[in-house]
Amino acid sequence: MADTFASKPLTLRAARTRSPRNKWTTERIVFTTLNTVFLVLLAGLMIYPLLNTLAISFNNGQDAVRGGIGIWPRVWSLQNYSVVFHMSTLYQAFFMSVLKTVVVVATNLFFTSMLAYALSRNEFIFRRAITTIFVLTLYFDAGLIPNYLLIKDLGMLNSFNAYWVPTIISAFNLILLRTYMKSLPDEIVESARIDGAGEFRTWWQIVMPLCKPTLAVIGLFVAVGSWNSWLDTLLYNSNEQWLSTLQYELQKLLSSSMASGMNGAGQSGGAAAAAAGNQGTTPIALRSAITMVAAVPILFVYPFLQKHFVSGVMIGSVKG
Amino acid sequence: MTDNTVNKYSSPATALETSLPLATASRASKRKARKVAAKGPKRKITWDRIWAQRALMAMAVPLLLYQILFKYVPAYGWVIAFQHYRPGRGSIWNQQWVGLENFRNLFTGVNGKQFANVIVNTLGQSLLSLIVGTIGAIALALLLNEVKNLPFKRVLQNITYMPHFLSWVIVASLASVALSLPSSGGFINQALLNLHLIDHPILFLTQPNYFWQIVAGTNLWKELGWNTILYLAAITAIDPTLYEAAEVDGAGRYRKMFNITLPGIRPTIIVLLIINSGWILSTNFELPYFLGNGLVSERAQTIDVFVLRYGYQLGNYSVAVVAGIFKTVVAIILVGSANLAAKRFNQETLV
Repeated sequence: MADTFASKPLTLRAARTRSPRNKWTTERIVFTTLNTVFLVLLAGLMIYPLLNTLAISFNNGQDAVRGGIGIWPRVWSLQNYSVVFHMSTLYQAFFMSVLKTVVVVATNLFFTSMLAYALSRNEFIFRRAITTIFVLTLYFDAGLIPNYLLIKDLGMLNSFNAYWVPTIISAFNLILLRTYMKSLPDEIVESARIDGAGEFRTWWQIVMPLCKPTLAVIGLFVAVGSWNSWLDTLLYNSNEQWLSTLQYELQKLLSSSMASGMNGAGQSGGAAAAAAGNQGTTPIALRSAITMVAAVPILFVYPFLQKHFVSGVMIGSVKG
Repeated sequence: MTDNTVNKYSSPATALETSLPLATASRASKRKARKVAAKGPKRKITWDRIWAQRALMAMAVPLLLYQILFKYVPAYGWVIAFQHYRPGRGSIWNQQWVGLENFRNLFTGVNGKQFANVIVNTLGQSLLSLIVGTIGAIALALLLNEVKNLPFKRVLQNITYMPHFLSWVIVASLASVALSLPSSGGFINQALLNLHLIDHPILFLTQPNYFWQIVAGTNLWKELGWNTILYLAAITAIDPTLYEAAEVDGAGRYRKMFNITLPGIRPTIIVLLIINSGWILSTNFELPYFLGNGLVSERAQTIDVFVLRYGYQLGNYSVAVVAGIFKTVVAIILVGSANLAAKRFNQETLV
């Protein structure tokens, strides 16, 4: 027994130096090469559609119809983007998307964190009942048409309010934030109380700053969701051009080119496509440019989002 | 990911706080106190206590009413399932009542065949996406786990996570270009032609028989990387001494993969499969809506697409609400039993 214990570290070290982890055996070289090649190909497959669209969007429209463009434009042209940014509907839609995203994120963080704070206080007598009611909304959905009828009955059809009022709290984010707030030491809130801070002040000035990492993660996910949504525009605000969003405009363009593209021509159809014809570009090139305009904000914030996502999780796991 | 985090940071906190004396009103000791007091008289909710907590009430109660208004109140719209609803008649209380006629129409009557087909499509697309997606994510997680060069691994992860953040509109746009004729930028046809796998380009989006595979493939492209996150987290939680012991016993790379890693993440796989199958009627909406067209609708139309196209856009509100009720009720049953199953499974494996 004593013998085994004494020799254990020795054999472990010996095993480690001899283990294939640190030695370039033939098997390891072959596997690593194959694995690397496969994963690089896979990553290429993941990113190729975007690069292809990017190349087409910078290519001359007439030339793009000939096809065969890979990841580099054949005939450079900024014409497509010039058309996109001169189409007043798209211009407006871009700013509406930005405005909507900003308002949704701000109201979401404000109200979700306020409620999460109240529900994280153990002395709050209704916290269980309220939490249950919110959690059940994760599973209960009255359906598309009943929701539409409610918005209609509230007089919010064709108004900016239809974008942000129905979505100021997400039950999932609420639970996430409440759990994080509960993990903070009670002494922080108690010392604020002793210093004379009321509930609102404790929430806004003490607890909120401590939740920054989680708030950043939630905010970024809410922002992505709001930027990417199109159904709310279709259901509630499709009759007012000034309320149109970028995703909705792109979807209109997509469905019109799908309808006409079925026989393979990929030509004409829809107002935007007509505009494309007048401006010396083609629907496919124009659509690529709009796709990039709709995707670029996401691709731009994506690296930051990754970092925050990871750091939020890390800080959460170290806490306590 | 979330569950993992919660577990990681809540357990040390509890451990720390239980070691503190009870007088410091810490959370854990309070919990203990509540357990002890559970048999005694419950603390009553009195007006005094409500008044003392008026600030918390002011924070929570308006938002509670808000949530009830926007999430539960819409259920009043379910009454139009029992009506012959016409928007022109104004209020939903001013409609013609028809009893269960809409239910009969949808399940057995004029819409019966169409709706049965819609359910088959929903299940087919969801199950195919779920199976392909799960197998793909596990395989990718295993391969990523073998990459020892960390910067390279991080680049791979960032690239494969990225499509998750693109909107379905953009993804559908990319997919429809990729699947079109070579002259419209269809590089999939181009590649198949160059490899001499086909003689003539295929118009994928006009062939009903390809539609489920297209949905599953596009879902795979969008979510493959993202779905590896949980599996990768589960793999890092496996005890490294298991691998060392296996190496000493002469196990190769594949033995370790199949006999240590896969069994190690099996609970995660099963729990995720169970939870995801709870959402099986609710997942496929955007792709079949964007990519579907008249030529493929026999394979493309799912419940949500049916509700939006047939109900909302053609004005058949009553039938659409019946379909919506069906979906919600089945989804609640599925999610509820899935959660129960996941819980039971988790307990058994933990013990």
